[in-house]
Amino acid sequence: MATHTGGLTEDRPAIRTARLVRRFGDRDVLKELDLTVAQGEFTALLGRSGSGKSTLLRAVARLDHTVEGSGELVVPDRVSLSFQDSRLLPWLRVLDNVILGLRGPRVRERGLTALAEVGLEGRDRSWPHELSGGEQQRAALARALVRDPELLLADEPFGALDALTRIKMHDLLRELYERHRPAVLLVTHDVDEAVELADRVLVLEDGRISVDLRIDLPSPRSRRAPRFQEYRDTLLAALGVAQPQLTH
Amino acid sequence: MTDLLAKARTTGTDEARPEPAVPRVTGGPAHVSLGTRRRLGPGRALPYGRLIGPALLVLVWWTASASGYLDPRILSSPGTVVATAADLLESGRLQDNVLISLQRAGLGLFFGVSAGVILAVAAGLSRSGEYLLDGPLQIKRAIPSLAMLPLLILWLGIGEQMKVTVIALGVAVNMYINTYASLTGIDSKYVELAEGLDLGRGQFIRKVVVPGSLPGFFVGLRLGVTSSWLGLIVVEQINATNGIGYMMFQAQQYAQSDVIIVGLVAYGIFGFASDAAVRAVERKVLSWRRTLAG
Repeated sequence: MATHTGGLTEDRPAIRTARLVRRFGDRDVLKELDLTVAQGEFTALLGRSGSGKSTLLRAVARLDHTVEGSGELVVPDRVSLSFQDSRLLPWLRVLDNVILGLRGPRVRERGLTALAEVGLEGRDRSWPHELSGGEQQRAALARALVRDPELLLADEPFGALDALTRIKMHDLLRELYERHRPAVLLVTHDVDEAVELADRVLVLEDGRISVDLRIDLPSPRSRRAPRFQEYRDTLLAALGVAQPQLTH
Repeated sequence: MTDLLAKARTTGTDEARPEPAVPRVTGGPAHVSLGTRRRLGPGRALPYGRLIGPALLVLVWWTASASGYLDPRILSSPGTVVATAADLLESGRLQDNVLISLQRAGLGLFFGVSAGVILAVAAGLSRSGEYLLDGPLQIKRAIPSLAMLPLLILWLGIGEQMKVTVIALGVAVNMYINTYASLTGIDSKYVELAEGLDLGRGQFIRKVVVPGSLPGFFVGLRLGVTSSWLGLIVVEQINATNGIGYMMFQAQQYAQSDVIIVGLVAYGIFGFASDAAVRAVERKVLSWRRTLAG
């Protein structure tokens, strides 16, 4: 399979895949998938479980050494990943987790700045287990952002958080996105989350992109806006969830 | 409801008790509704609490000797043992022998720990290492190091080299088994994280592999320290001309049970102190862990 990485130029997209195939045994999970994500574009990827969301994300992250496949994949040099679990190393303090593997000058200062940006100033010397679930996920976000990514890949980063923390994390992610403008590929199973955060929502079905929907809503986005509901219904229908007709 | 429950629980033991006019919130005597819940962990630690057990043992021994229950020919009293230890210290015999023994155990421990850890890392981080090393070492695990003594004497003679090798072998296997188990047990999601952060091989080993396998390393180290004393005791009975074991062997010939006890106590103190030292280091190094022991 051909994989290229390189710095972004003006005309170069943040992700480009062509005829991307990933195979587990004799099952093609990604079937000649074509996808282009522009620089700085916030894209959400929806799909039923088993639709290949995570497979696609792991392919784009180039973490699927053991998976059989073919196709073309172009991604930038600086790609950051965040996972459903915060995946902080329990034996490193929070700051050391954030700057793990970070190269360049003034690494610690950059780490502290990133921690402050996610609202964790003063927690740099804490152990991960001393943080709450939401704080751990913030630290993971700081670890992703301190690398100044051109592309941020997030695999259900809020999936394990409680509803209240999730709302706060949505605001934080959107705010950080506005400030740093990486391209984002957010894998989620939550349609509301996708419509609220992303500028473009994709639905992955049976190894191919079945819906490619641009979200044109003013920010801050309200879930009660009629347009929001329209997008939501379209996506739910695409995911095969029948919507009961509610009368207000 | 509370009242019913209380009644049900006290039936048969407390029937004469008059029923309260108002339902009791706290229930009957079987209830513990105030304070915190029943604790299942071991509770708060006492400073130097670990010394209580050994101190009690000495007390029992001393009492048995003082009451004449223990024949001094079978087992000398603690007083005699202390006096003998003082004599041995004064003549310098004890220090000389202790130093020699410590040196043997220390060298064996050093080589054993180094070899065990290197083998564990080699076997844990590469498939070829696993295929080449793990099998033989698991087989070696089944053969006690002391069973290899005849062969080692044949190869290395009866000098210091053989003694240190026997000790090191026992330590190395303990270190290997536990470090390897802990290392291969490192969650694969951390490996994925390291790959995602583009860590180099060296950084991966320093930041993920080594800290991740430290819990097993310390288990191995504690077993290794114990096994180094065990090896020491055995090798010092074979044609040694110095060391604590030799001193005890000599005492056996002259039926000096007090000297034997001094030797045993010395071994015991070494074992206890070294285990305590490893525990102390372990607590410090693994302070990021939250465990039952706290």
